[in-house]
Amino acid sequence: MTTPARKRAEDVPGTYVFDSARSRQGFPLNNLGSSLNELANQELFARDSEAYMDRYGLTEDQKEAVRNRDWLRMVQLGGNVYFIVKIGVSDGIPVPQVIAEMAGMTPEQFADMMRNGGRNPNG
Amino acid sequence: MAEIVGGIGISHVPSLARVVEQDRPEAGGANHFSAFRDVGTWLADRNPDVLIVIYNDHGSALSLETVPTFTIGVAPSYLPADEGRGRRPVPTFPGAPELSWDIVDSLVPEGFDLTVCQRLDVDHGLSEPLVTLFGDVEEWPVRIVPIAVNVVQQPTPTAQRCFDLGRAIGRAVASAPVDSRVVVIGTGGMSHQLQGQRAGHINSEFDQMFLDKIVDDPGALTALSNIEYIDLAGSEGAELVMWLVMRGALSENVSATHRGYRVPVSSTAAGIIALENL
Repeated sequence: MTTPARKRAEDVPGTYVFDSARSRQGFPLNNLGSSLNELANQELFARDSEAYMDRYGLTEDQKEAVRNRDWLRMVQLGGNVYFIVKIGVSDGIPVPQVIAEMAGMTPEQFADMMRNGGRNPNG
Repeated sequence: MAEIVGGIGISHVPSLARVVEQDRPEAGGANHFSAFRDVGTWLADRNPDVLIVIYNDHGSALSLETVPTFTIGVAPSYLPADEGRGRRPVPTFPGAPELSWDIVDSLVPEGFDLTVCQRLDVDHGLSEPLVTLFGDVEEWPVRIVPIAVNVVQQPTPTAQRCFDLGRAIGRAVASAPVDSRVVVIGTGGMSHQLQGQRAGHINSEFDQMFLDKIVDDPGALTALSNIEYIDLAGSEGAELVMWLVMRGALSENVSATHRGYRVPVSSTAAGIIALENL
């Protein structure tokens, strides 16, 4: 390894380590995501997403991030990718698109970067 | 007596089986993934009757309501989980409850406080490697012992703890009264990151080092902290610690019979290694 690894979570750039504080903050949002494994819940969410978000107790910031399908903001508010991506699955949005948008890229740009070996670890 | 006859480290990225199948030269593929098919052949030759599969759940069967650090299935069978698009159309996985319970009875008194599940749905973390290695089958040719590791919510178990768990599994299998040929599979990785502005992170240099060291110098890998794994392998690539459970279950000295690495499968670096005890 050319560069030594970073030792502190907050020093890893562009990364939101899913720790106890984030899990606590994100629980309503992640719990909502988890519920969307079930088709019946996907239909309820699509029909009245505001009522659905109320039911899971999302904060106003989390609701706004979900309304805007702002995946990065969801992560910043405690969302974990494996759970928030289920909102995308429920919408019919391909998972790679969710990941690309999180990185501020179009799906085409992101796929192109991956085909060329991915994001360079040294920036 | 039960005997461990091999170990496999393999990615579990959801499109892996399809990519490996389409890569066949006889199907017009580019033959970049031959090592994955070769390990399938090798596995059949090892002729195991039980696979111990170390994997993680992705919010499919275990939500954040309950986050066990180590979970073992002791069920007679396991259904593929519904990950939002219905259950995966693969056969039900037959369990090996007698070996599962032998492991529980051996590990908990040793200090590994496993969560014991008599019902557990298994998601792509377990099914993708098995479909990759066995192809589309009408029924699975092996029974499974699923062991799920929390690699999602920090603090996750350390690399050293995962390796030590593997060593305890190795001892448990060696003393199990059941007559079984066992292969241990560690799944996940290699480097990838699916969140934040750094999504798309790939670190081939780290991955190749990991494939080297897991054979001859696992101590170099157990020495890394959780944050070092996240930094080097990516926030989701940190799940590579599950390969160390597999490595720990094998002998001190092993040889790698197969090894493969390819970037990308979807947003992930895909890797595979097959190990035999010396």
